[in-house]
Order: sequence, then structure tokens, then C-alpha cells
Amino acid sequence: MGREILTQENYSRLNEIILQHKGKKGALMPILHEGQKIFGCLPLEVQKRISEELNVPMAEIYGVVTFYSQFTLEPKGEYTIGVCLGTACYVKGAQKIIDKIKREVNVEIGATSPDGKFSLEATRCIGACGLAPVLTVNEDVYGRLVEGDVPGIIAKY
Amino acid sequence: MELYRSHVLICGGTGCTSSGSKNIEEVFRAELSKYNLTNEVKLVRTGCFGLCEAGPIVIIYPEGAFYSHVKVKDVTRITEEHLLKGRIVTDLLFKESVVDSKVRSINEVDFYKKQQRVALRNCGVINPEDITEYIAFDGYRALGKVLTELQPEDVIEIVKKSGLRGRGGGGFPTGLKWEFTYRAQGDQKYVACNADEGDPGAFMDRSVLEGDPHAVIEAMAIAGYAVGADQGYIYVRAEYPIAVHRLQIAIDQAKEYGLLGKNIFGTEFSFDLEIRLGAGAFVCGEETALLNSIEGKRGMPRPRPPFPAVKGLWQKPTLLNNVETYANIPQIILKGPEWFAGIGTEKSKGTKVFALGGKINNTGLLEIPMGTTLREVIFEVGGGIPDGKAFKAVQTGGPSGGCITADYLDTPIDYDNLIALGSMMGSGGMIVMDEDNCMVDIARFFLDFTVDESCGKCTPCREGTKRMLEILEKITEGKGTPADIEKLESLANTIKSSSLCGLGQTAPNPVLSTLRYFRNEYDAHVHEKRCPAGVCQALLSYLIIPEACKKCGICANKCPVGCIDGVKGKEAYKIRQEQCIKCGACMEACPFKAIERK
Repeated sequence: MGREILTQENYSRLNEIILQHKGKKGALMPILHEGQKIFGCLPLEVQKRISEELNVPMAEIYGVVTFYSQFTLEPKGEYTIGVCLGTACYVKGAQKIIDKIKREVNVEIGATSPDGKFSLEATRCIGACGLAPVLTVNEDVYGRLVEGDVPGIIAKY
Repeated sequence: MELYRSHVLICGGTGCTSSGSKNIEEVFRAELSKYNLTNEVKLVRTGCFGLCEAGPIVIIYPEGAFYSHVKVKDVTRITEEHLLKGRIVTDLLFKESVVDSKVRSINEVDFYKKQQRVALRNCGVINPEDITEYIAFDGYRALGKVLTELQPEDVIEIVKKSGLRGRGGGGFPTGLKWEFTYRAQGDQKYVACNADEGDPGAFMDRSVLEGDPHAVIEAMAIAGYAVGADQGYIYVRAEYPIAVHRLQIAIDQAKEYGLLGKNIFGTEFSFDLEIRLGAGAFVCGEETALLNSIEGKRGMPRPRPPFPAVKGLWQKPTLLNNVETYANIPQIILKGPEWFAGIGTEKSKGTKVFALGGKINNTGLLEIPMGTTLREVIFEVGGGIPDGKAFKAVQTGGPSGGCITADYLDTPIDYDNLIALGSMMGSGGMIVMDEDNCMVDIARFFLDFTVDESCGKCTPCREGTKRMLEILEKITEGKGTPADIEKLESLANTIKSSSLCGLGQTAPNPVLSTLRYFRNEYDAHVHEKRCPAGVCQALLSYLIIPEACKKCGICANKCPVGCIDGVKGKEAYKIRQEQCIKCGACMEACPFKAIERK
């Protein structure tokens, strides 16, 4: 945390993206996706810049950002643990896995651990139902889990 | 063209990629060059084979040898034995591949025998990142035929005659939709593809996009010609990175080959395609919400009528179909509507792809002719329930559907039969549950999902589903009263009849169908404060059976709250119930199965 994200460099990358999409129909969503990639999140300052450049009211942009669960106003932890709570994972005991992680890293669902290392999310089905129950840590996927696997996975990061 | 004596097909679907198929491919590549086999053996990274349970999967042709659960260390053996010496490594094959010490090819395995692949025909066969492989399998021939031989009206007639119905869940006749959009007045029209596959436990559309993206692109171009549109949008979930990546490659290749863009096949027809990403909102699978999202707005549904065919994207006539619906189109054009209408039941033609998951041996993706029974799907293709447990119910249609019990397993699957049973076809998710699943808890799980995903536009869905969830939570916590069940039923019926869009109208289905078939479980929770399946934590207690306890103390060490007392080697252990948090750690730790859950 505390890492400066609103840098000049990031803003100029954002401007490039806006230029690319400006004038296209329905440009807002692709710009928000790219913007979140650049800044790691979409704080009000970034939304304001997009609003000015696209000539779209700030209220509308804020409305869109807060509607979709993948857009976030605050930065995430260094690692995001996503536990799949799709039906196939749920019937195979994903709830137990998520409870165990909550205890192990001391973090609630949708929040970031006090040291800023882990964010925990209950994700929608990621479609790896053959491996249920599944969790992801950033890009890494761990499947066919039992509760006892959790501490070992956490320790890797 | 180069000829190869063997083809090694490695599954590159999401399931197998998650279990390491990429590494396996790299090691294969290294082994092949080590033994100088790169000119004789071709390595192909394909889409999903379907039997995700057995992943990572490697198939070697011409034999059709089906290697399952392949590990990196197995690759050297497969290369040295099979590819160099021509001896199939039988102990690494899928367990059903060897019968009476004879090796069967992948097509003879039970999982594949009953299947008929139309939408999935190229998945697990071709390299989806290479347009020439798609073209070699008749790809873009249907588009060529349509553009050079047929009028738009003829195309619509063919689709109508085939009897194809929307595979996204609604089951609306596809040909009619095309006709409405064709007839609608407008200076500009659009074609859109719904790939916002949000049902938890369903991954049919993802597999089509990952395994055969060109089929969807070709079909959308055909649709564009039929309805008079020159621009298309594919709306995909951002949670499907591999699908998005391959789709983009496919679009770029199609443009390069002149199969998208201006004057396709030298005709007047031009068509362009763009991908639009979702951002994690289930409601965007609803057609009008999806249109709003493509326009860059909050994904909230619009009242219908006007239907998208009349006023869709930017108020222009828009044809919107689901991925699997499109994937059927090129085949229907090439083989004729009579062929397609010859498969399936009277009112549901063709095949349907299902994603089978939950408590089932062969988790994976399958495509069967309509009219196949649930029993055939679950016990023959799916291989039955693991660990000798009893089948309890199968859930179809995701959060909009319902549960079907053992009594109805011989029902032929089609749109109308499933609705008559209080469930629905949905997009094709099929989750199997066994005796260890509590149906009240499952209903709570789905309501939790819809409460989270309700967009908040209309009151019945926004407020009603929340109240239903509260009642269900009360019941699973053992605080329910008989009046709660009645309230639940009346709320459910109100929400069903008064919500704005499909999400709200179908949200009560999981509750209504579990109430219909598993009333006894609700009663047990409410009247006896008991969870028969042993799932609802508040209604459980863990007990140590004194006679079975070996006094080892392992349970006491594991207990996170220290509420197990006893003396090691002398006195049987006991759980102090008031302090127990019911985490189950002791039961898992006990080597002698001396702890029971009631």
C-alpha cells in the first residue's frame, strides 16, 4: 500500500487509451477496463479525468464503476485470493475453504489483510468445475482442494 | 502441406490449463526435438475435450489413445514408448480405455459413446488459434454458400425450418427472431452475441469460444447477411481470459483472410466484429441489460416491448443470440435444416451441450441429442455418483432453474419437459447433488447469489429476494417457524409475477422447486431443528463416541478453540458443546472415525 498510483506516467498512458477509443460507440467500458489495468483501481481522480476527456458526466461514470463488481475504487492487496463459489465448487465444500482462509490470513471477504498482502474474494464460477473446489491466487490456480491444503498454499506467497 | 505420422492433441481448455497442460505441452515440445521427431509428430493445442475430470488430457492419433491425468514426468515415457516405439503406455490411459487388456480408442469410451457433437464438433479436434484448421474442417463454406447462392429470406427460411431454439435458456425459436430483425425498419442494424455466461457451474459457451471461435464468427456473419447488419458485437465475460484471447486471434485471422471486413467473398456484403468485455454483473446475461452494457451504461434491463429486434443497440434493430445457438448455424446451412430437425424431440430439435458438475464421476462438458433421459446423462455419460453415495437431485438452469429428483430421472430432456418439472433448460448447467447436500442450504445459496446480482431497478426483485434470503437464513439457523414457509411461498409467487426481467421472474424458482420436492427437509429444519443432510452448521453437533475413542488426543490438539477435554491414554475425550464452533476439524483429524456429526 501507500504506493503512488496517480503518477504523471499513468495519466499519460490513460490519455493514450482514451484517444484510441474516443468517438467509438460505447467507449466507456473498454476505457474503464484499460484504466483499471493501468492504475490498479479507478479512484475518483481517474474517473474525473475520463469524464473531462470523454465529455460524459462524472455521475454517469461513477454509476457505471460502482455497478460492476470487477471495477474497484480502492487498490487491491499484492495477492488476490479468489475462492470460487460457483455451484459446483459450493456443493463440494468451497465454503469450508473460504472459512479456513479467513482464519489463516485474518481477512474478511471483499477486504484486504492489514499488511496489504492479501485480498480475499468470493468469485463467481471460473469454469474450472472439473477441479472443484478451486481457488486462485492472482494467476495461479489450485484445484481439488481440501481444507488442509490452505496453509501450504498461503505459505507460498 | 506437410504430413505427419502422429498427432499429439493436448487439451488447452480452462480446466486442463488450470491443472498444468501448458507445462506438459512445453515438455512434449522439448522431448520431440530431443528425439528429432518434430517432422513426424505434430503437437496440437486444442479446445476442451469435455471430460474435465480426467484432465490434463492428451490424445494421440491415429490410435486415439486417451491419456488422462497426465503429469509432466509422464511425458518422457509417452514419448519414448508410444511415439518412438509405437507401444501405447496402457497404465497411463484413462481407466475405461483398457477393457479385457484391449485398448479402446477415445470414441469408444462410455463418456463419448452417447454423445453427438454438433456445436462442439471441432472442440478438442482442431487448433483454435489456426484458421486454416477450421477451414480444413469445412469452415467458412457455409458463409460462402449463403453469400453467393442464397437470398436473406432463404437463410431465414432454413433456420426456421431447422427448428433451432435459443440455447441461452429461453428457448425462443431462432428463425423467428431472425425474421423479426429482418422485417424491422432501420437505417442501421446490429448483430450481437451473448457470451456473458453467468450461471455458476456452466461453461458451455466458454468451451465453444475456446475450442472453436471461428464457428461463432462465421455464424454471426451469416446472421448479419440474413438480417441486414454490417456490424456485430460479441459480449464476453471478462472472467474468461483464454476465450477472449482466442476470439481476438480468430477475429484478426478472419479479417486477414477477408472473411470479415469489406466485400466478403467478392460480394457487396461487408461485416465487422468487435469484442466487448463484461465486468462482473450476472444481470448482463439478460438481453436488454447486455445491450445497455455494450452501450457503456449500467447493465440494467429495459422494459420489453420494444424487443431488441425492433429497438436494440442505440435504439436500432438488433439480433441477439447465444454462443451455442450460433455454433449450430454453419452446420445447419451445410447439412440442411431437415438433417438438424431429424435430431431431437418433436418440439426441441438438435442437440444440447451441458456442463455436468457437482457430485458426479465424470465432471465435464457433453453434447447429447434432445430427448436423451436424465438417467442416461447422469449414470451412463456421467458415470454416476462418486464414493457409492445416493443420488438426491440434479439442478438445472442455475439460479433460474430448479431441482429434479430421482423419480423423474427417466424424463427425456427437452425445453418443455423440464419446465413442466418446475425447472428449466437454462443455458445448460447441470449440477448433481447427493445425500450430503442440504436442499434448504442450496436454495439459500442461490438466493444469496440473486440478492447479490439483483440490479436494483425494480422493487419486487431488489426487496423481495432480500426478504426471501432472510427467511431462508432464519430457517438454516434453526430459528424458522411454520409461518415462515408460508411467507416464503407467497413472496416467491409475487416476485415471479411482478419482476421486470428474467432474473427476478426466475429468482424464486430454486426455492419453489425445493419446496415442491423436499418439503420434508424444510419441515425438519423448522419443526425438529434438524438438518437431515448435516450441512447447516447451527443445527449440528459433533460428538465423540466414547467406545470408539482411542484416547489419542489428536482431536484436542486440532481443536482451534480448545473445547475438547480428556486425558491422553487414560480417559476418553469429550467436546464441550457450549464452546464448540462446529468447524469439523476434530472429525477430519480423528484417525479412528470416532467422532460423529448429528
